[in-house]
Amino acid sequence: MNMDEVKKDHRAFSILLTFCIMFVFWLLLSAWTVYLPEPYDLSKVARGVISALIVTFITYEIFIPSRGEKVLLKLGRFIPYLAWELWQIYLATIDVAKRVFGILEVDPRIIEFDTTLRSDFALVTFANSITLTPGTVTIDVDPARGRYTVHAIAKAPADSLTVDQTMQKKVGHVFMEE
Amino acid sequence: MIIPFLAVGITIAVTILICSYRAIYGPGTFNRIIAANVIGTKAIVLLIMVGYIIERPQFIDIALMYAVIAFIGTIIIAKYAERGELCSR
Amino acid sequence: MITGTVGLLKFPDFYTRLHATGKCDAMGQVLIIFGCMIYEGFTFITIKLLLVSAFYLLAGPTATHALMKAAYVTGLPVWKKGDKRA
Repeated sequence: MNMDEVKKDHRAFSILLTFCIMFVFWLLLSAWTVYLPEPYDLSKVARGVISALIVTFITYEIFIPSRGEKVLLKLGRFIPYLAWELWQIYLATIDVAKRVFGILEVDPRIIEFDTTLRSDFALVTFANSITLTPGTVTIDVDPARGRYTVHAIAKAPADSLTVDQTMQKKVGHVFMEE
Repeated sequence: MIIPFLAVGITIAVTILICSYRAIYGPGTFNRIIAANVIGTKAIVLLIMVGYIIERPQFIDIALMYAVIAFIGTIIIAKYAERGELCSR
Repeated sequence: MITGTVGLLKFPDFYTRLHATGKCDAMGQVLIIFGCMIYEGFTFITIKLLLVSAFYLLAGPTATHALMKAAYVTGLPVWKKGDKRA
């Protein structure tokens, strides 16, 4: 990711997109309507524009349109996956509570397995999901072969990752199995 | 109307005191790093509760800044414990 | 949150303690801040609280993973069932 890959019109588009997003964030974060009801006048908006410009010129290389295809389709499939993820966090908390009070057992082990995901965003999303699922935490990721090293707290969560493979299918469906 | 916030605030303060037992006694470096991270997390919620109790909504900005700084601090310490140096030049 | 701290005291090894605090703290934080959001209604403060909770939901597990990787590579021994408490 250096300057030869970012052509001239792509650079203008990414600068514009980053500036819009930063400015919207600034507007959201600095509007007090409870204790200081002052309307927006020119000096405040000018301060916001200058701050957004400074941040944009330092970090504009994130949104490059040549890097991802069919972004809207992936985003559309991402939101039900997020809802499933929040349900898994709730189950994870109940699971830890049961193990703390001695209802289920504590028998930790380390397992390794391979997946078919290769792009950056898919690997990071899958690693975060493993950490938020009941009973497993990611240790290491090898991006060349898609090999994950995972620490599991008992036999049942370890089996749900290697034998069932429910989460690999879901993440592969969201990113179209990259 | 501040009684629920006061109750939650006192509960979280007691939890911070319990967690500092692991910070003092935990054998080795890594257990103490976990305790520092947990105390930082609970401090974010405590800041928001104090903001509601004394009726100044500016504390939420302070909580956001502290969350970012605590996260970066934890990652820096983890990177140093892994490699023995921060940047290789 | 209380369950996470009790787990921090009771679990026998570094890796299992990291399991307990990493997951329970993220969930507890989201629930507490969600309750504050319902209390407010729909003003700008709600959006700020949503930002704090969304940031911690993204950053908490990442910090947990970074600590675990640092400990594993440096060689901290993993507790199997039937060892002494560490």
